[in-house]
Amino acid sequence: MRQRLGRLRLTTSGLPYLLLLPALLLELLIHLVPMVVGIVMSFKQLTQFFIRDWSSAPWTGLGNYHLAVDFSAPVGQSLLNSFWVTCAFTILAVGLSWLVGTTAAIMMQDAFRGRGLLRAAFLLPYALPVYAAVITWSFMFQRDTGLINHVLHDQLHLTSDRPFWLIGDNSFTALVTVSVWRSWPFAFLTLTAGLQNIPRELYEAAAMDGAGIWQQIRRITLPSLRPVNLVLVLVLFLWTFNDFNTPYVLFGKSAPEASDLISIHIYQSSFVTWNFGAGSAMSVLLLLFLLLVTSVYLFITSRRRGADD
Amino acid sequence: MRINRLAAATAVVATLALTATACGGGSSTSGSGDNSSPKTLTYWASNQGTSLENDKQVLEPELRKFEQQTGIKVKLEVIPWSDLLNRILAATTSGQGPDVLNIGNTWSASLQATGALLPFDDAAFGKIGGKDRFLPATIASAGAAGKDPAAVPLYSMAYGLYYNKKMFQAAGIERPPATWDELIADGQKLTKDGKFGIAVEGGNVSENVHHAFTLGKQHGADFFDASGKPAFDTPEAVAAIKQYVDLIAKDKIAASGNAEYANNQTVTDFATGKVGMMMWQSAGANLKSHGMNPDDYGVATVPVPAGASGTKLTSSMVAGINLAVFKNTKNLNGALDFVKFMTGKDEQIQLNRTYGSLPPVKDAQGDPAFATPELQALSKVLGTSAQPLPQVANESQFETLVGTAVKNLLAAAAAGKPVTDDSVKAELTKAQQQMPAN
Repeated sequence: MRQRLGRLRLTTSGLPYLLLLPALLLELLIHLVPMVVGIVMSFKQLTQFFIRDWSSAPWTGLGNYHLAVDFSAPVGQSLLNSFWVTCAFTILAVGLSWLVGTTAAIMMQDAFRGRGLLRAAFLLPYALPVYAAVITWSFMFQRDTGLINHVLHDQLHLTSDRPFWLIGDNSFTALVTVSVWRSWPFAFLTLTAGLQNIPRELYEAAAMDGAGIWQQIRRITLPSLRPVNLVLVLVLFLWTFNDFNTPYVLFGKSAPEASDLISIHIYQSSFVTWNFGAGSAMSVLLLLFLLLVTSVYLFITSRRRGADD
Repeated sequence: MRINRLAAATAVVATLALTATACGGGSSTSGSGDNSSPKTLTYWASNQGTSLENDKQVLEPELRKFEQQTGIKVKLEVIPWSDLLNRILAATTSGQGPDVLNIGNTWSASLQATGALLPFDDAAFGKIGGKDRFLPATIASAGAAGKDPAAVPLYSMAYGLYYNKKMFQAAGIERPPATWDELIADGQKLTKDGKFGIAVEGGNVSENVHHAFTLGKQHGADFFDASGKPAFDTPEAVAAIKQYVDLIAKDKIAASGNAEYANNQTVTDFATGKVGMMMWQSAGANLKSHGMNPDDYGVATVPVPAGASGTKLTSSMVAGINLAVFKNTKNLNGALDFVKFMTGKDEQIQLNRTYGSLPPVKDAQGDPAFATPELQALSKVLGTSAQPLPQVANESQFETLVGTAVKNLLAAAAAGKPVTDDSVKAELTKAQQQMPAN
């Protein structure tokens, strides 16, 4: 009896670690190893002459990093431009996605006929395959044959000429539109779940005290959603900042300058101009930036939460 | 989970690289393949037909013929253009590539520099029936000058000026333009009632660079100096590219919407009579699929400047597909047998006829299939006035960067922004400075 107990304890103490081992190994292989390799590559002069055996590429020290951050030369200049474009894009796209998602979630809070159907329809963009959805948008944005110009120009007469949406400066508007269309359903879904945790009594009590709808949203809904929003905004920020699919499908390998997102810019540096070392250096810089932003964000929000408590 | 795609892509390459080194990586230093698995081959074909399925239908019967002759089974994979270069790079990094593969002929020198492709030295050429079987211009586009070619030509193409006979007649134009001045004058006659003189595929980076190269040659620009260093922003290159962009910007004989074209809308516009001319390579099959009768269009040589001579008469780049052998193939003899088979007279006639391209192999050219007015015109271009794109290691980067510069300039022109020598030069300087230092 005692022996059996002992063996049981032994297994229970060893088993979890044993079960974790495959995941740990895979994590090491899939995430850590390539990351380390990527960092090593960023210090090498890795062009087509060495890709067959990349370890033989000559070391270049910080050369790739110098190239990336030398803002007086075209490579650095275009990286900086791409960085600012990405920042503006992220702020706009995340802000709008959040706003639309929140509005929809609040409006859909009370039951009404057809709510389930409408909710399902809202999630459609989230469920569609990315490529199919974005390519459809690119058809709609075509200057001469697209739906957007047909409505704006031919039917509503809002523009004097047919604007281009996929080349030139307007491409930024097109990019933000598609991105918001793609990510607001996620905000909606998350916030709908969050809203269900707010006790209805709070609203009833507030209504009895004479609080209007805006006051209810400001004093009850938003503060209660705070923990959900903290995660939601962070996740949306990371996804949007790194978004590769949307610009790649909309614009192809070389995006217009006005919408040259950093992910596609790095792709172009590494895989189109075959400068893998410089591309790796830019990736490492991007990783450092995102780590920095994320930690500052988490630091601020956790401190403020501490103050709230 | 939507993880960072870039990190994923880098990770894939990195992992491939790692596996390659982990597996010993010895193959990367050894000279060439062996014959340890003589009964199978893997072949990567580029997408030449109307779809990937169509390519399989065309190629499978030929591969079975090869199997009957030699007993070697060929595994076929057809790869779309957009993926081909990245797939070849991944194969190069990992060493786990196909035995025989298609490459765009303009990439020859770039891929040659990776050292992953088998050099066609005299011995290798001997095994496939000799170098003299091929057109010299097509061999010149198979690798850097002074080195053994990294591939052999398989399908050849060249640019011609396609013109709509009925529209020309209606506008009172008697013959296709031979000089640029004539082309612009004709274009202006054709540009009316919503129709335009010529269409350009402005959003397509490769098309742009092909025309930039041809016009560059006509102006005396080479884009690389004698030592192989990039020279994108010379006055000659600026003049050439400005002339091309001016089709939209100044001459206005191309619709500004063309700046966005990247899915062969040019061919559609030409086939449906929206434009009177286009510069295209082997468009016949495509025009037919749009319902255009071969009698309704003619093919002439792309115009040159008045009074041009020598290389300034260049009217096309040497376009086409090359066939390469991966250096660390496990079936070197079989791979060379396969190259010999695919470049043999019968297969050349059969395949080039199906794809509407020209055989780079001399003894296949006499076949009546290539005696159409279209192919004869293109054949003449290939034989007399076509030049290969610069065969330097940085060619693939040149294609992308200069092609993108032209794309940006066309977009600016379409938006009504002025295109000047300075703005063209600025774009080209920027492109040049983005070339990786080697």
